[in-house]
This record gives sequence, structure tokens and C-alpha cells, in this order.
Amino acid sequence: MSVVTETTPLLSDILADLKSEAGLRTAAHEALEQLGLPGNKSEEYKFTPITRALEKNFQLAKKNPSSEIESIDSFSIPGIDANSIVFVNGVFAEKLSHYEQTDVFIKSISGTENGFGTLADFKTDPFVAWNTAAWSTGISIEVKANTSVSKPIVLHYVHDSAAGEVKSFIRNIIRIGKSSSVTVIEKQDTLGDQAGFSNIVTEGFVEENAELSLFSLQADKGKRFHFGQTTIWQARDSRVNSFTLTLDGKLIRNNFLLVLDGEGIESHMDGLYILQGDTLADNHTVVDHRKPHSNSNELYKGIIDDNAKGVFNGKIYVRPDAQKTNAFQSNRNILLSDKSTVNTKPQLEIWADDVKCSHGCTTGQLDDEAMFYLQARGIDKVTARAMMLYAFAGEVLDKINSEPLKKYFDTLISERLHKNF
Amino acid sequence: MLSIKNLHAKIEDNQILNGLNLEVKPGEVHAIMGPNGSGKSTLASVLAGREEFEVTEGTVEYQGKDLLDLAPEERAREGVFLAFQYPVEIPGVSTINFMKTAVNQVREARGQQPLDAVSFLGLMKEKMKLVEIDQSLLNRSLNEGFSGGEKKRNEIFQMAMLEPKLAILDETDSGLDIDALRIVANGVNKLRDKNKGIIVVTHYQRLLEYIVPDFVHVLYKGKIVKSGTKELALELEAKGYDWIKDEVAVV
Repeated sequence: MSVVTETTPLLSDILADLKSEAGLRTAAHEALEQLGLPGNKSEEYKFTPITRALEKNFQLAKKNPSSEIESIDSFSIPGIDANSIVFVNGVFAEKLSHYEQTDVFIKSISGTENGFGTLADFKTDPFVAWNTAAWSTGISIEVKANTSVSKPIVLHYVHDSAAGEVKSFIRNIIRIGKSSSVTVIEKQDTLGDQAGFSNIVTEGFVEENAELSLFSLQADKGKRFHFGQTTIWQARDSRVNSFTLTLDGKLIRNNFLLVLDGEGIESHMDGLYILQGDTLADNHTVVDHRKPHSNSNELYKGIIDDNAKGVFNGKIYVRPDAQKTNAFQSNRNILLSDKSTVNTKPQLEIWADDVKCSHGCTTGQLDDEAMFYLQARGIDKVTARAMMLYAFAGEVLDKINSEPLKKYFDTLISERLHKNF
Repeated sequence: MLSIKNLHAKIEDNQILNGLNLEVKPGEVHAIMGPNGSGKSTLASVLAGREEFEVTEGTVEYQGKDLLDLAPEERAREGVFLAFQYPVEIPGVSTINFMKTAVNQVREARGQQPLDAVSFLGLMKEKMKLVEIDQSLLNRSLNEGFSGGEKKRNEIFQMAMLEPKLAILDETDSGLDIDALRIVANGVNKLRDKNKGIIVVTHYQRLLEYIVPDFVHVLYKGKIVKSGTKELALELEAKGYDWIKDEVAVV
């Protein structure tokens, strides 16, 4: 990764703010100093001016306001009985959280967990470095072998910015034992109208034959700026199903890396972004096939309106050992306005010679001929448009394997697309 | 019911219709034939309201209204139906959902109550028989992966569902084998009645053995240059279009 170094006052502020501690935090602190923050020439952040957005909207010296939120009921997901973990302004809100430890061990993160810091690479990405040096809270989720965790675990990343801007640095670690399964759902919400920046790094270890379903719901109506790094390591015969739905936020950057480090692995990485206003959503994904006989399937779709911007960058690596790999990737976008944009870049790097791989991306407008066909049957333009867009989005939605969650996402999408049929 | 006078239309800079006149009365079936590029499909598109075509001169009156003034969906609600030459594939939208939305929007515009699920399915089953179309096909995404014959049958099925007053069949017979053609033609014939006007745009006389027209018109260079009865179609089949071109050239 090439990061064009930038020494800005912001960087000095960040570095001054970090306490010098021993171990990983110090190493990350130094890495950040070396890397600098990405400028506008940085390849990895070319379309996502996150440094400038932070400079413009935040004063790092300001401490987070305290929060007196008493309930997050309005943020809960209907129809889902979940273990719910709540973070408010970068602090684990024990009082607002409720969870059982019957089939899963959930505890506040310490930084000494087995594997901590080994997946999320702070030496290449400055925001991961910043998180590694500055994280204040987070959760460790551990599932023993042969356990199917009955309730999904919902991680609520709440900002209460009524009394001032918020910065939150959260660090999670998930470890799923052999032949076990768990569902984790991340959700962002804001109370208050000041800006908030979240930097969330999650490392996941999916052991042999285990299964992780990971959903991320990014529909924060507040002034959310977000950087996320999720890195999941998969052992042989394991499964990962992921789905990222982005509807709102000021600037959302998702780095998502799957490491397929065994045979017989099945990975699904799906996403849908339906953007309006001036939202910028950037999905940078990597699927790294290291061993033979594994399958990955990635589908990201976008509908972009107004001044919104979509960015997609999808890398697939097929290492020399990874013969008989099946790896598919597709990114399809519909632009609805003259000012909406999308930048999409699929990258396939294959070192093995006996594999099936494909990637493709399309960007277009709504199909005029299809619109005319619907209208010629008596359907008004607004409904015809909603039908087409809903059908486009539905292909990704159909891949969700949890019925209540699919229903909830469907409600959000229908509302966004003005579905009236 | 339909009165086209001196219709001129172009797409981009190509003038395609050059003063076309046509009268269709309720109960009549008019066949429009003509060599490639004569403007047959353009006529169908202009009547259905396809936006790429610009009408530069002339009028189209439909049931006392200025048809050209109406949006495509308004035309459909007023009873105009176009069976597409190339029905569009729309992934993710099932024919059933699409038809339910269409039927109910048309009913609403006509001041009728929307059909509930049971009545809609009842209506659908009845109309499916007309064109011998299978329900499994209608559960699938609209036209996606359909064979040519299935697409055309789906068009006639939609026509039956929407009960139009004026139907325009744009080369509905092209690409069909004789069995599929017979099914499609039977469907159309069952929908024929004294209140409906039908315009059949076709390339081949063959279709007119199954859908017997009251009038046959020859379109050439954007104008109707010859009109007659079904015997004219037989003559065209036997002699081709060159004699028509010669006649026009002489005039």
C-alpha cells in the first residue's frame, strides 16, 4: 500500500494525544508517525478524503462529552432477541447492555487476548495504527467448540453528540471454536447533531468447520464519519457470510479482509449501498485465498442519488498454493443523478494456474427500455422506478440467511426506495 | 376509435414517418405490412409513446383524445396496448407482481377497486389458459431466460389481463414456429370483439392466415402506399414488394 505521507497539524495532534505506553500501542504509535495520514494522492484513499474531513469537522483536543442516555430501545432491531452490547462515545455501557453468557463468553477487551493485533495490520494503514494506539474499549466474543450460539450478538456503536463532538476508538476480537457458529450484527446510531468519528477494528478467528455470520448496518442519520477495519481469518472447512448495508452517514470507509487459510472454506461477502444527500461510502475489500479447494463469492451493489459518492475496491488474491480455487466478485452500480458518482476497481491477482475466477463491475443508469416497458403496461414512472431499483437491490438482500434480519433490512430498503407496490 | 392524420415522426435525425394516414374503427383488424425500414415498428412505438421518437407533424386522435399528449402509462390506462417486438427482460421483477401492479394501477385510473389477491389469481388463471402459459413461467423474473415463443405468449397474456380497447401487435409472429404462432394467434382471436381495434404489424403473410384482417396496408418510406383486403397480403407474399416500389416510383 502506498500512502503518501502527510504531516498535518492533525497528525501532530493525534500523536501528542497518544500516551506513550509499552508494547503494541507504542509500536502502533510509531507506525502512525511513519505512515502519516493519507493525502489526496494516496492510492488507497484516493476517492475518500478522510484526512480532510477530519481536519474540517473535528478538534482532537476536545474530550468526548459525557452521555446520559438511559435507553437505546429506539435503536434496537425489531423481531430479534439478541445479546446486546452497547458502546456510547467509545465507552462500554454496561448498564444499557444485556447479554447472557450461557453459550458464549462476552467480556470487555483487555488487549491481552490470544491473537490480538495479529490480523489487523497497523504497519500499512494509518487508521488501523491510530486505533491500535488509541483504542479505549471493545468486546471479546469467544465461542467454545461445538456450540451454536442461539442469540445473535448486536454491537451498538452509539454516539451521543448532543453536547459536543465525539471520537470513539473501539477494538473487538471474535473467536469461534471448532464446529461452532455465531451471528454478529454491528449497528451505528447517533443522538444529537454534532459530528462523530468512529474508528473500529475487529479481528475474527473462525476455527475449523466453524461459521460466522457478520452483518453491518450503517444507517446512522447523524453526522457519522467512520473508519472500520474488519479482518477475519478462516481455518479449513469454515464458513463466513457477511453483509454490509450502507444507507446513511457522512463518510463511511469499510476495510474488509477475509483470509482463507485452509481447504474447503466457503466465504460470502455481500454488500448493498443506497446513498443519497452527500453521503460517501467506500468499501475496500480483500479476499485472500491461501490454500486449495476453497470458494469465495462477493457481490456488492450500489444505488447512488443526489451528490452521493460510492467507492468500491475489491481485491482477490489467489496464492500459489491455492489450486482449485473458485473466486467470484461482482460490483454493480446504478447512478440516479447527474452529480452522483461511483469509482469502482476490481483487482484480481492470481498466482495459481488451476482456478476459476471472475470479476466484473458495471455502472449505469436505470434501463430506459425497461422503464418504458413497465409504463406501457400502465405503471406510473415513480412506481416503475421503485420496482426496478427494488429488484436490483433484492438480489443481494435475498442472500441474507436470517429471516428476521432480512425482513428488517427489507423494511429499510423499501422505505429508502419509496416502494409502494 | 383511432384516427391518424398526416403523421410525421423522426428519431434523432432520421425522418421515418412521412405523412401516414390510418383510420381504425372498433371491431376492425388492420394489418400493416411493408419492407424492412418502411416505418412499421416506428408507427407502433409512436402510438405507445416511446420517448425517443419525435412527432414533427400530424395528429393522432384516440377516442376523442389527443393520444400524443398522453404519457405511456396514461395511454395504457386509456386502453392502448403494445405487444413488444422485443419484450424486455427485467431481472428480479416477477411477471405476477408486475401484472398485479399494472392491473391495479389501470383499474384505479378507471375508477375501479383494486383486485385482492384471490380475485387477481382467479383472473390470472383464466387468462393463462388463453395463451397456454404455465404458472411457473409467471413466477419467474419477467421474460428472463424465456424462449422467443414464451416471451410472445407472455405479451398476449398481458394483453388479456389488461383488456385493452386498441391493441398493437408489433411483429408478434417474428421468430415463432408454427405451433407457437398458432397459440399466439388463438389467444388474439379469443380477445377479438366488436369493441376492440387491433393493429397487426407483420413481416409475414403467414400470420394473417391465423388472424384474418379486415384491411391490409402497405407501408413504404413512412407512408401507406396501398390498402386492400386480405387478398393484398397474398399478392405481396407471391410477388414481393418490388412491384409496390415500382408503382410508387411511377406515381
